[in-house]
Amino acid sequence: MDTSQQMRRLVYGLALGGWLLAPLANADEMSLRYGYLQWQPDRGPALAQLTPEPEDSGLQGARLGISDNMSTGRFLGQSHELESIIAASEDALLEALSAMLEDDIGLIVLNVPAQTLRKAVEINGDQALLFNAAARDVSLRLDDCSPYLLHTAPSHAMLTDALAQWLSWRRWRSVFLISGQTEDDQAWADAFRRSAEKFALRVVADKEWTFEADMRRNASAELPLFTQGPDYDVVVVADERNDFGDFVPFNTWLPRPVAGTQGMAADAWHPAVEAWGAAQLQNRFHKQAERHMTGTDYAAWAAIRAVGEAMTRTESADMPTLRDYLLGDDFELAAFKGRPLSFRDWNGQLRQPVPLAHPNSLVGMAPFEGFLHQHTELDTLGYDRPESRCHLRD
Amino acid sequence: MKIATRLATLCLTLGLSTPLWAQSLAYVSNERDNTISIIDMASLEVIDTIAVGQRPRGILLSPDEDLLYICASDDDAVEILDLGTRQVIDTLPSGEDPEQFALHPNGRHLYIANEDDALVTVLDVDTKRVLAQIEVGIEPEGMGVSYDGRWAVNTSETSNMLHWINTETFEIEKNIVIGARPRHVEFTHDDALLWASAEIGGTVHIIDVESLEEIHTIDFRIPGVNQDRVQPVGIQLTSDGRYAFVALGPANHIAVVDAQTFEVLDYLLVGARVWQVALSPDEKTLLTTNGVSGDVSVIDVDKLEVVKTISVGRFPWGVRITSGTES
Repeated sequence: MDTSQQMRRLVYGLALGGWLLAPLANADEMSLRYGYLQWQPDRGPALAQLTPEPEDSGLQGARLGISDNMSTGRFLGQSHELESIIAASEDALLEALSAMLEDDIGLIVLNVPAQTLRKAVEINGDQALLFNAAARDVSLRLDDCSPYLLHTAPSHAMLTDALAQWLSWRRWRSVFLISGQTEDDQAWADAFRRSAEKFALRVVADKEWTFEADMRRNASAELPLFTQGPDYDVVVVADERNDFGDFVPFNTWLPRPVAGTQGMAADAWHPAVEAWGAAQLQNRFHKQAERHMTGTDYAAWAAIRAVGEAMTRTESADMPTLRDYLLGDDFELAAFKGRPLSFRDWNGQLRQPVPLAHPNSLVGMAPFEGFLHQHTELDTLGYDRPESRCHLRD
Repeated sequence: MKIATRLATLCLTLGLSTPLWAQSLAYVSNERDNTISIIDMASLEVIDTIAVGQRPRGILLSPDEDLLYICASDDDAVEILDLGTRQVIDTLPSGEDPEQFALHPNGRHLYIANEDDALVTVLDVDTKRVLAQIEVGIEPEGMGVSYDGRWAVNTSETSNMLHWINTETFEIEKNIVIGARPRHVEFTHDDALLWASAEIGGTVHIIDVESLEEIHTIDFRIPGVNQDRVQPVGIQLTSDGRYAFVALGPANHIAVVDAQTFEVLDYLLVGARVWQVALSPDEKTLLTTNGVSGDVSVIDVDKLEVVKTISVGRFPWGVRITSGTES
């Protein structure tokens, strides 16, 4: 091409102003529809109200997943569409699920408690592939698995294993455990006790928080007394609904750090995760939702991205094909945690690193160096294949 | 082919006819220090550190080696460093969050990946005008232009694609899906093949440029290193077609690959989280940037041995080596 020809083309390009050159797409478009269903029960009044979970936590993650899939899909002639419902009651949610199934939506992300998820699994049968983006219940991964349910939310066991690994690595082995009274708190504490055993920690005190006083007035008076006892390296708090846990740091009898559901907490995601390109994901999310990305947002995003990735690779929109690929050996998701993520083929759990962070900073990302595994270090977090009674792939 | 030969000859005349008294220097961008470290390739020591814009990542040399272009990602600009005076003399409008870029052999058209905006911006470095903005997949990262100037290839990290951009029309002509999180592309010196690394996939993909089809995938297995730590990023190819060097990220090794058979010949242990690599113009020395350990490893290409480690700034990212400048 000679220079004048080149210049003409440039002028032509400039004349079009901000018009973006459209990518090529195949003529026969392949499209995929997703459902997003959310219902979370009111968790009752909590003492710490400063940072409540956003009402659209999860939904915004799903939306970003769709938009990420779309950006990729337009180069391949694949389109992605989301139908979302935030239900006012469990019944309304289950009705919405039935309607989506009737409408032939084959991929549905659920942000619901474990007991609702069990009902949803029953209604679904083998009609759609469900993704659990919220419930951390261990038994859903351990004995009552469904071949049509995958979990992108980490289980309680994965979160507490991440924490216990870190405590073990730091050699902070004596733990003062405080748990709340809700079922979730008890489940978290149970998981932690198991993790403590797995990583050779000692729970030297194990107390339930039963006080009903308002800690904003008298935390400094009550918590030091409550945390008296044998010497300990760290206080671990199990307070899922954020009732009292935020008042524990700096109010312990001994000058000790606090971790668990507050203090240094383990979750699927944290705004301070920046490495491995995560800053770009955080920016995209912030631009869309005008808030930080939560663990539930991340789990919903990962579910939809996983399907998008499977569609890119299989060039299929057929649910059983996508499901087989997701549970197969070739699937890997680049999801900004520094390692490829994949699904455990025995129970459908997305294996993933777990960030440990306090409100404004990342402390570390489990699994930590030195915790070895014969297949992947990610399987040092949560229940491993021999411990689970589920065999989805068989 | 004729053009390629002529260009290659031109490059040889310009680049490799080094006067004896010239001093070969390496430039290293330090992502978290906002500086460029300058290493004297004879003494292998840092001789100067220059403050530049925020979060410098991709860097490249002008064909005459007078200027260094720097992606100052957090300043949303490309800075131009005068290598004679070591002053930043100008900035170019790069679009948002420029990470990597590549210069067309015409020396004017700069292809910039705008990571946050899913765009490739084409800029004329002489007029500072934006010639085109091309929509690509999510998180565009790697950029390469073929030696004959026909193709510009961009990698999109989250869309897992190679976008083949026609440099005359600025339009995408082909999208190729490769392994997860493609990071870097490198054309062979004869433009016959394109090498592309997939960081999370843990693979390097070889694309035949004529047919635009993938012809081979390279896997890496380092004894004692967990497979998901093997994350290929930077690639360098020797001009004689003998070796490819692939930086393997947190596996802390450089893979030495036979560029003809695609067989991995050796793994060389370098610093922590090795990102990018650069060959000296005489191709006797390879430098690697080791992000986490904050240093540069020096590899003797004949012996295939790491001979020295040079401490630079925090999180060294890009590296380029001049054949020599007048001092």
